[in-house]
Amino acid sequence: MTIRALLLGAIAGTAFAPAAMAERGADGEVKVIYWQAPSIMTPYLSGGTKDLEAASLVIEPLARYDQDGNMVAWLAEDVPTVANGGVSEDLKSITWKLRDGLLWSDGTPVTSEDVKFTWEYCTAEGGGCAQSEKFGDVVSVETPDAQTVVVNFGVAKPFPYGPFVGAQAPIIQKAQFKDCLGPKAPECTEANFNPIGTGPFTVTEFRPNDVVTLVANENYRDPDKPAFASMTLKGGGDAAAAGRAVMETGEFDYAWNLQLAPEVLTRMEEAGKGTNVVSFGTSVERIHVNLTDVNPDLGDERGTAKHPHPFLTDKSVRQAMSMAIDRALLTEIGYGDFGKLTCNVLPAPAIYASTANDDCLVQDIEGANKLLDEAGWVAGADGIRAKDGVRLSVLFQTSVNAVRQDYQALIKDWWAQIGVETELRSIDASVFFGSDPGSPDTFQKFFADIEMFTNNFDGTDPEAYMANWTCNEFPRPETQWQGNNMMRFCSEEYDALVAEMAGTGDLDERARLAKAMNDMLMQEYVMMPLTYRGRNSAHANSLGGVIMNVWDSELWNVADWHRKQGS
Amino acid sequence: MLTFTIRRLVLAVPTLLFISLIIFLLLELAPGDPMSQVPLTVPLEVKEEMRKALGLGEPIPVRFWKWTVQFFWVEPQVLIDNIFGTHFADGKLRILSWQTRSPVMDIVAQRIPQTLWVVGTAYVVGILIALPIGIYSAYRQYSWFDQTGTFVSMIGFSVPPFFSGVLVIVIFSVHLGWFPSIYDTTHRVTNWDSFLVQLRQMIMPVMVLALQITAQISRFMRASMLDNLNQDYVRTARAKGIGEYYVVMVHVLRNSMIPVVTVIALGVPAIFGGAIITEQVFKVNGIGQLLIGAIQANDLPMVQTLAFIFAVLIVLFNLIADVLYGILDPRIRYD
Amino acid sequence: MTESRHDKSTDPMDEVASLAAHDPAAAIAIDPIPDRPPRSQWLDVWDQFKTHKGALWGGILFLAIILAVYLGPYVWTIDPTQIDIRARNQGPSLGHPFGTDQLGRDILSRMMSGGQTSVSVGMTAMLLALFLGSFVGVVAGYFRKLDGPLMRLTDLFLALPLLPLLLVMMLLFREPLSAAFGPEQGIFILIVCAIGITSWMPTARIVRGDVLALKEREFVLAARSIGTTNTKMITRHILPNVLSPIMVSATLGIATAIITESSLSFLGLGFPPDFPTWGRLLFDGTDYLQDYPERVIWPGIAISLTVLSVNYLGDGLRDALDPRIRGR
Repeated sequence: MTIRALLLGAIAGTAFAPAAMAERGADGEVKVIYWQAPSIMTPYLSGGTKDLEAASLVIEPLARYDQDGNMVAWLAEDVPTVANGGVSEDLKSITWKLRDGLLWSDGTPVTSEDVKFTWEYCTAEGGGCAQSEKFGDVVSVETPDAQTVVVNFGVAKPFPYGPFVGAQAPIIQKAQFKDCLGPKAPECTEANFNPIGTGPFTVTEFRPNDVVTLVANENYRDPDKPAFASMTLKGGGDAAAAGRAVMETGEFDYAWNLQLAPEVLTRMEEAGKGTNVVSFGTSVERIHVNLTDVNPDLGDERGTAKHPHPFLTDKSVRQAMSMAIDRALLTEIGYGDFGKLTCNVLPAPAIYASTANDDCLVQDIEGANKLLDEAGWVAGADGIRAKDGVRLSVLFQTSVNAVRQDYQALIKDWWAQIGVETELRSIDASVFFGSDPGSPDTFQKFFADIEMFTNNFDGTDPEAYMANWTCNEFPRPETQWQGNNMMRFCSEEYDALVAEMAGTGDLDERARLAKAMNDMLMQEYVMMPLTYRGRNSAHANSLGGVIMNVWDSELWNVADWHRKQGS
Repeated sequence: MLTFTIRRLVLAVPTLLFISLIIFLLLELAPGDPMSQVPLTVPLEVKEEMRKALGLGEPIPVRFWKWTVQFFWVEPQVLIDNIFGTHFADGKLRILSWQTRSPVMDIVAQRIPQTLWVVGTAYVVGILIALPIGIYSAYRQYSWFDQTGTFVSMIGFSVPPFFSGVLVIVIFSVHLGWFPSIYDTTHRVTNWDSFLVQLRQMIMPVMVLALQITAQISRFMRASMLDNLNQDYVRTARAKGIGEYYVVMVHVLRNSMIPVVTVIALGVPAIFGGAIITEQVFKVNGIGQLLIGAIQANDLPMVQTLAFIFAVLIVLFNLIADVLYGILDPRIRYD
Repeated sequence: MTESRHDKSTDPMDEVASLAAHDPAAAIAIDPIPDRPPRSQWLDVWDQFKTHKGALWGGILFLAIILAVYLGPYVWTIDPTQIDIRARNQGPSLGHPFGTDQLGRDILSRMMSGGQTSVSVGMTAMLLALFLGSFVGVVAGYFRKLDGPLMRLTDLFLALPLLPLLLVMMLLFREPLSAAFGPEQGIFILIVCAIGITSWMPTARIVRGDVLALKEREFVLAARSIGTTNTKMITRHILPNVLSPIMVSATLGIATAIITESSLSFLGLGFPPDFPTWGRLLFDGTDYLQDYPERVIWPGIAISLTVLSVNYLGDGLRDALDPRIRGR
């Protein structure tokens, strides 16, 4: 088979290409570059996006999201809903039917036992499964027959599509992983590097953090796919080099996640060998405001709720700082066409996107100054406003990243125009996004007044995401400074909305609640959204079938990729 | 000299153990979190579970002891098993990387070939160019050759590889299309054609690295030669009618080698350490790229192991340098 | 000093000859009667330095760079952090002779303010590394008892992974230093120390190797036999003879320090992001290499010129300080 495929690949490179189309392996090799190299081929032992996407070439879930965020059946016959009877009326169980005739790449049939095993694998004690959240509230998985899987939840799940859905929760083969449960999971190196899957490709060689070589899966369910006989997934380097290799030298066919200045990307595209593609998910670059005092003199009580911030607790200061920001300019400089304007921390899907805060789209330095004047903050001799001896001077931290440093510089400039002094700090990403309780520089500990980063949520349901900002999510010494409510924002009203959403099944009602929470955060100005960020990648002009997808793995439809005729 | 060497080798064991402890404590003390690259969407409790699964819950002395046992007891057994087909290490836990959950030593073994190919070649090329340049520059001090050599080597030294690497890629890959910008680590050299392919993909990284190495070593060579060329013994040797070539290449060169030998010996461990930035720029994915990736991902077992291997090489090559001093200048005694 | 400065000796075979040449009495006997009054030694040094064209030009260039970066801002008064978004990505013009960057900041003024940081970090870190390296090297080479421990210490420092070390230093010392010296001064001290204490080891090894060889030379034995103290021995006999590797280390050290500083900024361990340095400007410009090549050319030229000028300066100084070459 391999030899035949290779031969066909060689032929495909010549004039016979059009004739060889629509046959498995007819288009030869496809080369993909990820500037962060995959280190493992299973999403369960690593939460990293790079690993998740590499794994998605080989192992697949029951259903996944398409480019618009709609759920599509993948290994399942169809997506179960209350309407088609797949989801029980009390929302406590969901029944999946596997497709007929599914085979693993080693030729054995895929059964409901494998699906059940996947749940056991990820919830085994001591395994440190990165996706165990997906299986939260699952009490049991039943397998009435080889094709049917029933997932039972301990509580009513208005959104029961956590387990076995999306790139985070693909099905693994029981036969291969049965001795790898719990603490033994990392010892199964062979299985972790070369999982047996149902996807269009199988691994031939896995070099961790370097390169993965794959060939077409002989047992893939569509006999005509994938069009490529083999695939190379190279890792390493940096985004600029990856972009160059696809769009300027044409050495590679697809480059992932090109976080580069928009003018650089545009210029690369002009070389005529590749195209940029972008898709928008839920990522928002935002500023968080610290409502507690982080003065080092406070010792152990630094940054706790006992000491409110000397001036950021004044809403007019926060509002003025938000008004002074020109989001359109930031977005144009930092992301160009790969970013959009937003005034919401919850920008998508469309039913959740609020329009109540759109005032923020226009910069208003004058208005901000007026607001501060009215609130009694008076500019001193150095141009910095003060009231009762408290100067408006903030420490603004973020991770090291060229675009973020540009944002910092611009924002510092605007805040200077409204009499707010800013000291900038940039921190290595591995420290900033880490959670070492001993380090003062983590984004959760937030020993600064202002911080900036990007966050998003998995899938399309924002419930868990909006629950990040309840009172008990405060990072504090008792939780080893873990917690998602970095602003230390606490509102009973907000907590009530979170609780209400957890018990609501109706989609429109859920949307109303999510919008209300979003609006509350925005109108308190504890969070200032800056840019709605798209994910952008690039593919060679000769590569067909690429559909950019941020809701799932970017490589979700790799089975449909093909070499375009005439190239 | 032999007793000296043996004594130093024996002394090296406690030294290395101490170094490994210091490295371990340093890594422990450094802020950072192996979960920092996990997306923010993964809940905090899950990250905590993942940390525990990596063994981070255990106290520091226990973890250091485990690493020591794995490195000095289990890994040699694995090596023996691989060579002789025995089964000493079966079922024993090896040093596992936190990023890949696979044995660290396997990845190191995978990475060594490309590092040796690229960095090793660059080192040899660099030395071969640097020595003659250094010698001739000193011999004809302030000639046009010397001036050009100084100029080029100082420029070479002052341009960081993150810039020179990108520059050669833009010139030779993007505009001229002569060489690939991405190094293929899976390429095997089996015949002449595949050797040519290998050569093509090696040229740019070797060029960038060799420039730096040449610059550095030729400066030391030149300075050291200059020191010796004006010595009385040179005058005496010439007065005795010894040929000029013999005077320079034997008398002067031998006496000038001490600082150069130090620089060269200190540089050899760096070959194995790889060239972090150059490897990154050309996607060579050798040891240097492995180390920087591990540091960024806070993969402590990987960093610890690599740093320790590096330490062993440094101690070893410093010893070799010391022995060479004695050979180059018999008057140097250590006892 | 000149008279106490003995020649490095000798190939073994010519020991007798060179011993004769070193006989002070003989030297005096053949000295001709001076035809002019005795001159200060430093005048001699200056005379020799002047005749060294490269050194003279290197010195002038280096002085010019220093003047440009420190006095330049008084002439070219645009603030390096001033953002003018309408004038972004401009090429060289009268208003901005070096052009502007992606936020419309004037590159000339950024080069000047970056130069202040880079040159001072480079010089200070180099001096620190040189001092540490020469000290450890001389002491280890000269005192046999200290050789072992000091060289093991050198091994330790060579083996330490640089990045985690820097992270630890930042963690432990950033806040106390910021509190004591202010944020910018504190970071400056921290970076200089970080670069200094992580780059002295090669110098120490090289110097030690030379000292080991020197120690066995006849003039050292001779000096010792007349009761020269260790301190005097080191300062008058050993140090002047290991000057040339030290000088080379120094010139290479400046370049290394400037480049290390840039990689530190790149890793977020360096100066605050609104604080330009040459290395950082060069790094930031690399992505725009094809669009706006001048952005990498300016800092690239600046670093290279500084390194070159220091190198020629060092060459000249070494020649001038060497009595064997002086007067030739």
